[in-house]
Amino acid sequence: MNTHLGTPVSADAGTRQGGAWETVIGLEIHAQLATRSKIFSGAATAYGAPPNTQACLVDLGYPGVLPVLNAEAVRMAVRFGLAIGAQIARQSVFARKNYFYPDLPKGYQISQYELPIVAGGTLEIVLEDGSRKRIGVTRAHLEEDAGKSLHEGLAGLTGIDLNRAGTPLLEIVSEPQMRSAREAVAYMKKVHTLVRYLEICDGNMQEGSFRCDANVSVRPAGSEKLGTRTEIKNVNSFRYVEKAIQYEVARQIELIESGGKVIQETRLFDPDRGETRSMRSKEEANDYRYFPDPDLLPLELEAAYIEAVRAELPELPDAKAARFSAQYGLSDYDAGVLTASRELADYYEAVTRAVPGQSKLAANWVMGELAAALHKDGLEIGAGKLPAERLAGLLARIADGTISGKIAKEVFEVMWASGTSADDVIASKGLQQITDTGAIERAIEDVMAHHPAQLAEFRAGKDKLFGFFVGQVMKATQGKANPAQLNALLKKKLPG
Amino acid sequence: MMIDRRTVTQLAADLRARKVSSVELVRACLPRIEASQPTLNAFVTVTAEQALAQAQAADRELAAGRGGPLAGVPIGHKDLFCTAGVRTTCGSRMLENFVAPYDATVVARLKAAGAVMLGKLNMDEFAMGSSNETSYFGPVRNPWNTDLVPGGSSGGCAAAVAARLLPAATATDTGGSIRQPAAFCGVTGIKPTYGRVSRYGMIAFASSLDQGGVIAQTAEDCARVLRSMAGFDPRDSTSVDIPVPDYLAGLDAPLAGVRIGLLKEFFDTGLEADYERRVREALAVFERLGARLCELSLPNIPRSVPAYYVVAPAECSSNLARYDGVRFGHRCRNPRDLTDLYKRSRSEGFGAEVKRRIMTGTYVLSAGYYDAYYLKAQRVRRLITGDFERAFAEVDLLMGPTTPTAAFALGAKSADPITMYLNDIYTISANLAGLPAMSVPCGFAGGLPVGLQIIGPHFAEQRLLHAAHRFQLETDWHTRVPERCA
Repeated sequence: MNTHLGTPVSADAGTRQGGAWETVIGLEIHAQLATRSKIFSGAATAYGAPPNTQACLVDLGYPGVLPVLNAEAVRMAVRFGLAIGAQIARQSVFARKNYFYPDLPKGYQISQYELPIVAGGTLEIVLEDGSRKRIGVTRAHLEEDAGKSLHEGLAGLTGIDLNRAGTPLLEIVSEPQMRSAREAVAYMKKVHTLVRYLEICDGNMQEGSFRCDANVSVRPAGSEKLGTRTEIKNVNSFRYVEKAIQYEVARQIELIESGGKVIQETRLFDPDRGETRSMRSKEEANDYRYFPDPDLLPLELEAAYIEAVRAELPELPDAKAARFSAQYGLSDYDAGVLTASRELADYYEAVTRAVPGQSKLAANWVMGELAAALHKDGLEIGAGKLPAERLAGLLARIADGTISGKIAKEVFEVMWASGTSADDVIASKGLQQITDTGAIERAIEDVMAHHPAQLAEFRAGKDKLFGFFVGQVMKATQGKANPAQLNALLKKKLPG
Repeated sequence: MMIDRRTVTQLAADLRARKVSSVELVRACLPRIEASQPTLNAFVTVTAEQALAQAQAADRELAAGRGGPLAGVPIGHKDLFCTAGVRTTCGSRMLENFVAPYDATVVARLKAAGAVMLGKLNMDEFAMGSSNETSYFGPVRNPWNTDLVPGGSSGGCAAAVAARLLPAATATDTGGSIRQPAAFCGVTGIKPTYGRVSRYGMIAFASSLDQGGVIAQTAEDCARVLRSMAGFDPRDSTSVDIPVPDYLAGLDAPLAGVRIGLLKEFFDTGLEADYERRVREALAVFERLGARLCELSLPNIPRSVPAYYVVAPAECSSNLARYDGVRFGHRCRNPRDLTDLYKRSRSEGFGAEVKRRIMTGTYVLSAGYYDAYYLKAQRVRRLITGDFERAFAEVDLLMGPTTPTAAFALGAKSADPITMYLNDIYTISANLAGLPAMSVPCGFAGGLPVGLQIIGPHFAEQRLLHAAHRFQLETDWHTRVPERCA
């Protein structure tokens, strides 16, 4: 069954929701927990191993084997719950979700159903207009991942790779409180930032460590009643989530406006065609026959344990951003950008502490030159290409007037390429700023002598030529003249 | 060839005293097992070579003055305990050729104690049955009368011990699968408290009810074997981390003052008159030994069978989903597609009773029926557990018949599942409540063995074994051997 629309949907189709229709979105995010071993077995969880080399008898669902819960996965789920101000269940229950599929070795997935480990938290997102919105997290529960079916390179056959089977997941279910694709992405990014801060998920979306299902519906603006929703499965990039939701919203509106009805169904997003396609309808859905897993006792957590986990929580993104604003005098925007990841925030703090009183300069450089260079080379801040103390060394030379901001960019490029220190680059290239008034004056006089025509025009009232003289002197001094001094001296000398 | 009537206790002593070697014992057992197969069919697999190798190793240990508490003692395992390199069939075509790559914890512990495995014992398919007629490898027959069933599901274990093919066997009990065949075959069996023996490597039927135990000639032997197999296992989350007491200690202590409760519900109209007389005579023995008897009523007991036949099939329907023809076990020939592979592999691999329970279990867990069946059954289970807790506030042990009748004829009940299920009417409640329970031979009705059931509070195995042992010091029912075997 394939019910996708033939007509392409423009990217701004969502704007119609501002009028007659309201979009309602809830996300189910699957975050793969960064444990070394699987949630119910001792097998390793490393990504990319040859098929079926990281699946032990428990993962293979062999007769007679039993699951044993990984305490580290529990600790990580509790960390997340505490970080979003949720209730940590003193007793939660693992249940079996029964269905047949070749990559599900036991014929059931162990998950949490009626009593999840985390319930009722909130996250705050920042909207485009700078306003803030709280999104409720209904629940977060622990479960095991399934394996993978492989089709490539196996003509007429399906291969099964059970390396991923039993990998711990935290499924984070939001309230249906997002009203646009952008809000959904902002929420997803917020969760992404948080799980990495908490060091419970590597956030690698290409490898599927962080992916989401989006529940999307539309309703007439002002209506209280929810429309029929569709679920878009397994989207693993922020951009795709935005596109998939935009497409789906437009599809649903168009369908209703042309007299049709939205069917409750599961849909898949095809990034190549930028559209969602029906996967299975509600009628085709499995009856999962959930029941408590008799192989696992209810998970009981003591208050002291929960408090111990709370005590180990790191400074969280929102708190860190607020502190950066207050402590370093940064705008909310800059503080938000610099705290988007723990590595970036730590880097910024290391830089700014090394160059006291220059926190704004440090912010500009980290968000500007450094971010651009990282982006160009496709590197992460954590790659260690330019240690914080190196960048601080450069900023110190700007701060003490040794070099200008413009020269500093040149120095930075050399540092980035060669890995040497700012001082070495400045010394070897003779880039030290000229602050000697006499030397600058001599350069000015020389330029004036060589450009009598321009000088005459300037004196006749053509003020714009001031910049010409700045440029000429800079050229003559290879950009090393102190800009402030040069400006002052030119103002004094040019008028004659 | 003479049968060996020696118990585990006697054999362990004789082996240690070098009066007999393990190899001699194994050499004596193997031909008797072979000879018994056409009539009793107690074994699915006989591991002659491994047994001799293990026996030689045990003899070397014993010669060096070492060796575990069961060094050199031949035993058998019910064919649902996984044994590395030896097939584990669970009595099913589905696992006809399944060879586990690992030993169940029970198997590993008994191996470490020095026991020598003679083979794998026949059973009802996936432990679902009360007569051993559902085995893919054919029914086991009762050594007392080969027209009769040995009980089930551990029928092979009980028949083998009754025929003195081996002195003891591991077994499992989900709703009576140790006690009922022990009663039918005139041997002693113990189902420990749920969580006392690791379920790791024990192929699951109903996970919240399954419990491994022992079938042997005497309570003392049960104590001796259980001591080596019980205890916490980090690989089984439901196993309990309580130290295992020395079950052999204090077995001879006097019974005076022990309070024994008789469950009114266990002496109902369904109980055969002769069977009841033997049980009451046994109770009189306890009275003579100084125990005090009183009658008790547990109102929720009659709900055990319906609750059990919701919970056990529900769990089994999920536990048996892994047999899908994909990774191990039976796979149909030339599947057209995935659905065909599932359908035919499972249709061909499972027998009728297993299918019946998978379907029942799937039904009771389905949307719209879950609350009415599964949740309600779990509530009944809690009520039954509560009944027992109140009873054990007043008495130390509960006693009654193990089954309503002695062994029945092959085919007599296999056409009517409900009649078959009612055979477990006295045994099921102990599983629902997770309590330790035993069956002890206490006489004969119509020439067939009668079983006295003893139930105790959680982790009171020692109390059960003590009472059973004292009874066996006063009686000789447990020493009787079927004529055809003698």
